[in-house]
Amino acid sequence: MKKYSNFNATLAIARASFRSIIRSPSAVVFSLAFPLIFIVVFANIGGSGVTVDVGVAKTTDTLSPVYLALKGAKVVHLITDQSADEMAKSLAKGNIDAIIDVQKNNAMPPYTLHVQYTEASQQKGGILKSLLQSIFFQINSRGNTIPQPVAEIKETTVKGREYKYIDFILPGMLGFSLLSSGVFGTAFVFLSLRLTLVIKRFFATPVKKYSIVLGEALARLVFSLLGALFIIMVGHYAFGFTLIHGIVTVINMLVLAALGLIIFMGFGFAISGIAKNESAVPPISNIITMPQFLLSGTFFATTAFPNWLQAISKVLPLTYLNDAMRKVAFEGAGLNEVTHQLLILGVWFILIYAVAVKTFKWE
Amino acid sequence: MAEKPIITVKNLVKNYGDFNAVKGISFEVYEGEIFGLLGPNGAGKTTTLEIIETLRDKTSGEITVDGFNIETDANDIKQVIGVQLQSAGYYPNLNLSELIKLFCGLYGINKSPMEMLEKVALTDKAKAKYKDLSGGQKQRFSIATTLINNPRIIFLDEPTTGLDPQARRNLWDLIREIRDAGTTVVITTHYMDEAEELCDRVAFVDGGHIIGIDTPNHFIDELVASGFERKKQVKLANLEDVFINMTGKEWREG
Repeated sequence: MKKYSNFNATLAIARASFRSIIRSPSAVVFSLAFPLIFIVVFANIGGSGVTVDVGVAKTTDTLSPVYLALKGAKVVHLITDQSADEMAKSLAKGNIDAIIDVQKNNAMPPYTLHVQYTEASQQKGGILKSLLQSIFFQINSRGNTIPQPVAEIKETTVKGREYKYIDFILPGMLGFSLLSSGVFGTAFVFLSLRLTLVIKRFFATPVKKYSIVLGEALARLVFSLLGALFIIMVGHYAFGFTLIHGIVTVINMLVLAALGLIIFMGFGFAISGIAKNESAVPPISNIITMPQFLLSGTFFATTAFPNWLQAISKVLPLTYLNDAMRKVAFEGAGLNEVTHQLLILGVWFILIYAVAVKTFKWE
Repeated sequence: MAEKPIITVKNLVKNYGDFNAVKGISFEVYEGEIFGLLGPNGAGKTTTLEIIETLRDKTSGEITVDGFNIETDANDIKQVIGVQLQSAGYYPNLNLSELIKLFCGLYGINKSPMEMLEKVALTDKAKAKYKDLSGGQKQRFSIATTLINNPRIIFLDEPTTGLDPQARRNLWDLIREIRDAGTTVVITTHYMDEAEELCDRVAFVDGGHIIGIDTPNHFIDELVASGFERKKQVKLANLEDVFINMTGKEWREG
């Protein structure tokens, strides 16, 4: 008799599962349609609630009337807790929109304001520029006893890439797609295979247990990575999503996507064991996915949250996947530069699979 | 018929916690026969079957299937048996020929889906989904999946439950064909007319014990010899004969 091949059995399951996934409307809607719709909608809305983030150089004279006027302006958000080095980097990325440095002069005019803008954020730089002009007009006309102006502006602009909203929203949408496919898809499939005795029938064949799990996981992985590739391509060609190192960046993103999906599938395995029937899957899955969907920087940067909320988002695995995705995609980081994020994802991997192994049921 | 045992069960016991589902049963199934396990619900039929099918662990006892010991050679047993579970479903969203391909992969066997579907007269449903089949078609498809690995023995757990008389007869014919091709068949059923018609030998199971094993004819003769008589005079035909006579033997695709 021909020797029995677990590998072939695994592939047979993967093939069957893949066919089943692409014929299941919910899988296609959640993994492809929703993320694309969100991308289209948000890419057209753009950023919301304008504030201009302005870095304040350490050498700034914080008692100068120029600084006080800026501090009083509502649209300006002054950042004082970054080092000069950090600030320079943030500026190039467009994470802050400008850096100011107000210096007191011994000669006339008494104050000089050095402003550095960034090409990465020209729009907001423009807002700041007009704001500064109006402040200077006021200050200088107030000092009417002195013929010379109180302060002068010296401007420079640093080189940087333009950070578009698509660069923020697309990695978030990828994360969302992986999260829902991993959690909902896996939980539903394994629960229904168990309840309809498909798995039991499999056990009457020579197939090994690990082949069943591996085959299912393989199918979902292939499906989700093809989906991710599709989303990246649409984002890149239709909305100008930035891929710094081209194909290398795409590959790095897909590696991250695979790691993320494997972790999210762990949640799915655990849920399929906990849920008693199919109607119990959505509530439990939502408890897992909704907080991550909202708090992991899918739609807005987590820095916009109050501190206590940030503390929660700093625990969630999707936060780190999104973070790593954005670093890789926009900043062109290699996988070795996101080891911090990968490490935390690794901890999640161990945690969730420890739970999944405990709760998973075969019949 | 040469009475060569292909399945031997000795003192099989199965406890679920405090509940004793199977309390030390022994029987043999002979090669090439249709063997019926009969008994009321909860008698332990399905449990016994699933233990022989390697799907459930026994508490104690000895079982050999086609010369393989259930404890040490479970994987060899899986290769030589075909199993139809009571009310089992199939992988969602796949059509019949894709499902057959999946099982070919699981058994590590290369067979064309059409060849298998032909055996159960379902070639015209090759592209249909399992859930869209009629009751009789579902059962015949289930039987097709048990035949993929050319098994020595197949196990059918209540295959005719819920079928109309025509579909039931059609399935009996199929099961006899399988037996005639040399495969041993172990079947459970609640229908005594079916057991009488189909089974070469039957075992009655009740309360976790086997309370009798013999051919259906012998059981009936024994009972009659003991002076038993039906309350109602037996006529030469029954209502099912009327039904078949009026609606025809032709099996309808539902």
